[in-house]
Amino acid sequence: MNDKHVKLLVIGAGPGGYVCAIKAAKLGVETLLVEESKPGGTCLNVGCIPSKAIIHAADEFYKTGSYAVENELGISVAQPTIDLEKTRAWKDEIVKRLNSGVEGLLKKAGAQTLYGKARFLDGKTVEVESLDGIVKIHADNIVIATGSTPIEVPSLPFSDYVMSSTDALALGKVPESLAVVGGGYIGLEIGTAFAKLGARVVVIEAADQILPQYDSALIAPVLKRLRKLNIEVMTNASAEGVSDGNLQVRLKDGSSRSLTADKVLVTVGRKPRTDCGIDELSLTMNGTYINIDEKCQTSMRGVYAIGDITGEPMLAHRAMAQGEVVAEIIAGENSVYDKNCIPAVCFTDPEIVTAGLSSQEALAQDIEVSIGHFPLQANGRAMTMERDDGFIRVVARKDNGVVLGIQAVGYQVSELSAAFSLAIEMGARAEDIAATVHAHPTVSEGFQEACMSVLGGGLHI
Amino acid sequence: MGIFSIRLPDVGEGVAEAELVEWNVKVGDTVLEDDMVGAVMTDKAAVEIPTSVTGKVIWLGGEVGDVIAVGAELLRVEVEGEGNADASAVPEAKPEPVSSVSKESQIVESSDTTAPEATPESAPISVKDPTTDLPPGNTTKSVGGSKPLAAPSVRKAARDRGIDLRSVTGSGPAGRITHDDLQGHSQNSQNNSYGKQPNTSVEEVKMVGLRRLIANKMSQSKKHIPHITIVEEIDVTSLEQTREELNTSYEADRGKLTVLPFMMKAVVEAVRLQPVINALFDDEADMVRQYGGVHIGIATQTDNGLMVPVVRHCEVRNLWDSASEVGRLAAACRDGSASREELSGSTITITSLGPLGAIATTPIINHPEVAIVGINKMVIRPFWDGQQFVPRKMMNISCSFDHRVVDGWDAAVMVQKLKTLLEQPAMLLVEG
Repeated sequence: MNDKHVKLLVIGAGPGGYVCAIKAAKLGVETLLVEESKPGGTCLNVGCIPSKAIIHAADEFYKTGSYAVENELGISVAQPTIDLEKTRAWKDEIVKRLNSGVEGLLKKAGAQTLYGKARFLDGKTVEVESLDGIVKIHADNIVIATGSTPIEVPSLPFSDYVMSSTDALALGKVPESLAVVGGGYIGLEIGTAFAKLGARVVVIEAADQILPQYDSALIAPVLKRLRKLNIEVMTNASAEGVSDGNLQVRLKDGSSRSLTADKVLVTVGRKPRTDCGIDELSLTMNGTYINIDEKCQTSMRGVYAIGDITGEPMLAHRAMAQGEVVAEIIAGENSVYDKNCIPAVCFTDPEIVTAGLSSQEALAQDIEVSIGHFPLQANGRAMTMERDDGFIRVVARKDNGVVLGIQAVGYQVSELSAAFSLAIEMGARAEDIAATVHAHPTVSEGFQEACMSVLGGGLHI
Repeated sequence: MGIFSIRLPDVGEGVAEAELVEWNVKVGDTVLEDDMVGAVMTDKAAVEIPTSVTGKVIWLGGEVGDVIAVGAELLRVEVEGEGNADASAVPEAKPEPVSSVSKESQIVESSDTTAPEATPESAPISVKDPTTDLPPGNTTKSVGGSKPLAAPSVRKAARDRGIDLRSVTGSGPAGRITHDDLQGHSQNSQNNSYGKQPNTSVEEVKMVGLRRLIANKMSQSKKHIPHITIVEEIDVTSLEQTREELNTSYEADRGKLTVLPFMMKAVVEAVRLQPVINALFDDEADMVRQYGGVHIGIATQTDNGLMVPVVRHCEVRNLWDSASEVGRLAAACRDGSASREELSGSTITITSLGPLGAIATTPIINHPEVAIVGINKMVIRPFWDGQQFVPRKMMNISCSFDHRVVDGWDAAVMVQKLKTLLEQPAMLLVEG
């Protein structure tokens, strides 16, 4: 058995883990990164990146198809077809490129990488089952960045027929019909993409609305679009199991319905991955997640945790930010995780962006707020893209106008997330943004207008 | 019958490892549920470890003094019925991967040997958890609420300079704190710092090796020995004169003499009359061993810390002999070549800080000795000779004694004897 000693051991090369390793190595910390499969984690291999690739392909296909019929732009093309195998190969190529990109960055920074399954022996020692045999690693500091996995519904175990998001992104053929169990952002993103690719899609959601974390105004444009795409949404409904290629769904009134579907996609959430002996460390937990402090330290000295394993929001950029902070701390810097906002983007059609507090969340903290609102119907750029659905909303403190939160829904508003989080992180007041010149004609003018609306009224509405 | 494995629980205080300080059981003993099987020591306290099962102890995870990591196996108990550990797995030799075993079966095997039930069974004795003070989950939703308003770079600058942003008045819109506000704040709150930044860094240096040894030795001395310290001043004018003359005549042949060999000689002469002071006190056996030979430990500063080489049988050495032995040993200590024998066996110790020797010190006795002689700085002081002030070379000595063995009277007599000998150095040159 090989024994090794390092200053920092990072378990998991997802966005949190690899960023932590790169940063630490750059700061001169002797770093070893252990990964079971490929660098990049869920995000790069089976999450953010491949799903956005499929969504892009679906959008292009759908848009092209819309020109095959009579349209206002006067474009005419023949009815398009898609070879999903080819699309998949293109997507896989992007993933591969990013895989080796991450590997290159790690190498350049001077971090060592070891492929294999890690398992805690105790709070200072980890055993890795690598291709070259078992390696025992003693580390001064350990960062747990093991991420999360899709939750399986007991009555719908994953199979050829019942897919996780990972399986759906690897499909080589568009299913004729697809039932999506779970109307959260993952289910809706993939469901919408397959609807655009030609599948008949039904979404089954147990709560009384899809995307339950958002208010009804934010999801209204998405619901409208889902209807346009002929996606059926069943709320207050739960999937009970599969029989004879049919999905059994129980409705609120107690009746059941049998849905014919070629494939079933289960996206009911993700759970932390603690299968590498974390349980035995007796760390203080926060539910099923590892409890951490503002330095991402667990209850055991020298053991840190970052990313999905530490709970919501399970977002790659949160993990990256935590990874960076932990690397700095281990390198001896005086750093804490003190971010004011983690923007969240939902790549539905149209996209939803949230940053900071919603008005309800502000109210719950006893903060009086002023709300500014700007519909994209009044935005020139949105009209020229044939997508004037959606709006931008700003939640600001009533007493001093400090922007607490921003919500937006609209075509490609994900790119506005940078402006939103920058405003909140810098502590901008609504009048700061209102007085900042925004380029015309862009959708971002809507942000400026929404801030003007906080102050009493916009110019273009 | 099954094997039940008990792991070292999280003993709190955020520690990842703890020193095993006590076993109440040995292999073969029968333990009852909730019996305390042993104790581990954290930085602050000894924590007793209970067993959660009844059975026979078949393996102990370490010896007293071993440092065990939290979560590591502490002991194995053979229990009635099913255990939580694979009986075939011998803890010291975990099954090595065999090439013929498929990868899958290895995973299964390793998860068998460390059954997850082990964790809840080992009673958590959590004392303090750094993460429990915080609200669970992420705290990022508190933006704009009670958090001070400041850009990320301002927050970092404040952290680096040890400024609590809650105490800073922001001059920006809506009270936003700017870099300038930080500057103003540090000038206001620390008027005397003139823009200097307080250093809030803390470096953790682990006590290892010689440093730890010194620490243990010092606390042992100070804890067990009730010290009495006597400080006396000595007129060393004639000693210095004698020394100078000897050096003028003999330095080329015999080497240079410092004050130290004279002090060693004085100690030899003084303890001849008071053998109780040249002794080791074994307080566990209630035995004082008075030594015929005078083996003087010389406290020596090295790069790594304090070492005490021993000049043996000073009673048969002359001044130059002592001086050269001190020189040889000091060099051996500094280059790390001093042997164990050269560093042990002293019966009394002399400590000197030379020109740094101050006016008085409170030397700590080199346990289990009963006395230590500290030499302070030599200075010229005005001395009233009955008619006028005259400049004299004066030097203080600070001597500590183990008050359990040496009474105040004896200590005072010893110090006076040293004073007499050093003030009349001719006495030191009389052989015999």
